[in-house]
Amino acid sequence: MGKYVTKRVGQMIVILFLISIFIFLLISFIPGDPVYAMLGEEVSAETYERVYQELNLDKPVVYRYFVWLGNALRGDFGQSTQFHRPTVELLMERMPVTLYFTFLSFFISIPVGVLLGVLSAVYRGKPIDTVVTLLANITACLPQFWIGILLLYVFAMKWSLLPSFGFTWPWEDFGNSVRTTIMPLFCLAIGGIASIARQTRSSMLEVIRQDYIRTARSKGLKERKIIFIHALKNALIPVITLFGMRLGLLVGGSMFMETVFAIPGMGSLFVKAITSRDIPVVQACVLVTALISCMVNLITDILYAVVDPRIKYE
Amino acid sequence: MERKKEKVGKFIRVLFKRKIVLAGAIGIGFFLIVAVAAPLLAPYDPNKVDFAASLSGPSMTHWLGTDMHGRDVLSRIMYGTRVSLIIGVFAVMIACAIGSVLGMIAGYFGGIADDIITRFTEAVRAIPQVILAMALTAVFGGGIRNLAIILGISNMAAYIRMMRGQVLSVKQADYIMASKLQGVSSFGIMFRHLLPNCLSPIIVLMTQQVGGTILAESGLSFLGLGISAPTATWGTMVSEGRNYLLNNPVFSLAPGICVALLVICLNMFGDGIRDALDPRLRGEG
Repeated sequence: MGKYVTKRVGQMIVILFLISIFIFLLISFIPGDPVYAMLGEEVSAETYERVYQELNLDKPVVYRYFVWLGNALRGDFGQSTQFHRPTVELLMERMPVTLYFTFLSFFISIPVGVLLGVLSAVYRGKPIDTVVTLLANITACLPQFWIGILLLYVFAMKWSLLPSFGFTWPWEDFGNSVRTTIMPLFCLAIGGIASIARQTRSSMLEVIRQDYIRTARSKGLKERKIIFIHALKNALIPVITLFGMRLGLLVGGSMFMETVFAIPGMGSLFVKAITSRDIPVVQACVLVTALISCMVNLITDILYAVVDPRIKYE
Repeated sequence: MERKKEKVGKFIRVLFKRKIVLAGAIGIGFFLIVAVAAPLLAPYDPNKVDFAASLSGPSMTHWLGTDMHGRDVLSRIMYGTRVSLIIGVFAVMIACAIGSVLGMIAGYFGGIADDIITRFTEAVRAIPQVILAMALTAVFGGGIRNLAIILGISNMAAYIRMMRGQVLSVKQADYIMASKLQGVSSFGIMFRHLLPNCLSPIIVLMTQQVGGTILAESGLSFLGLGISAPTATWGTMVSEGRNYLLNNPVFSLAPGICVALLVICLNMFGDGIRDALDPRLRGEG
């Protein structure tokens, strides 16, 4: 086990190193002069020369990469070109909001998704199964931003029940916080609920057929106990990967929701950075996302080995 | 030859036996016809501006109303079908072409080539797909061609992994050894023997990816990173329309429904192909 973990951590570091090279090279691929891209075409010759030196553009690309990497490791991604503030400061401001939504939707979608999946597996072919399966399949095909806009139209505009944008932390104003959180949260959680329900249903159906469940039934155990303890325990193993994937979606997952509801999180920061070609922020966002999704993958793999002793890693 | 024909016939019979697959195929056919015949079917020129009629709701003259420039929403949706389908199909083809070749090379040659390609794949997979595609559009810009390439690159990893696995399992077979002894070149073996063997999982993967790619394209266009203004795309229309929800909600909501319908049809058809080609590949659902 310890050996396996060390090996996986080593692999993760290699992958992150490769990603950092890729992210760094992004700047060099940008057409046009990087100094002009940063400061606009109307810079004086001195400023141009100074920035040119500052960016180490007179040095070879490998040198520049290691300078950049060294700074990034120390948490310095440079100045955001659109906000004229350190990139890290922006991330620190935006990240908690996105994390808050991600964790909330994570902790809502798991129980709800698992419960719906179990129900539709147990009542296979009955109306409840049809409804759950149908809804899950449709939700998987709906663009997340569209769900957001539909909610916005119905609840904020038609019925004026909820505010259409903005975000308040629960400790600032609890009532307002709940009202601003409902729609974005629903929009974010629905996709997770659908995919977890689908996966749970199929792995439940697989497990229910097995001999040990029949044994449990024949020795007279209560059906509820069989389903929720004996079957679910094994059925959830493949679903763990999905939990990890949902959590790893962090920025990518909340981008559309944040754009639709004007939530000041990392997703909307990333979108803004891309449209205004704010490369330091783009680099930082991609690197942080990759780091988080690598760590989540690592944790799910380890969890996998812990919950399922049948899995033996070489 | 005769046997091959029989096999194809059987495949088609199995495929369309299920009504849901047939429904998916009909849906896809419908969208294809709309895309191809858009100039004939569309009641208006999609870019014809008419400010007098801007943001009118659905009516007899404009079935789905008009947008903020008075352009006919239905006509724009019809033309938008083209963009979605073109990008969906081409992105998947690009992903398949590059990904399969890289995967074959990794699986067949092993060693350093395998290490490099596998690490590269893992690195690409570690970045969420939308984020990767967005970062690439930040550098290379949008447009139909760029978007197809970018979405192709961000879909590539799946083919590399699958091809590599397939090749590794077939590589040891006797007939590969026999061709090697006959002096067939490595590339000859790869394209004549290994590739045909992996055809069914490739087709399954391709049909299952088209829907996701179309969703991703609509997302990028929605964020304003995909295809620029005058061209009608579903994602851009949803984004433009959300500022005018009170005037004409259909303007924003209808294109999104089209995305969902097309993706549902593609997924139903894709699942059907998977089940008909190889029931063992049946995953969730």
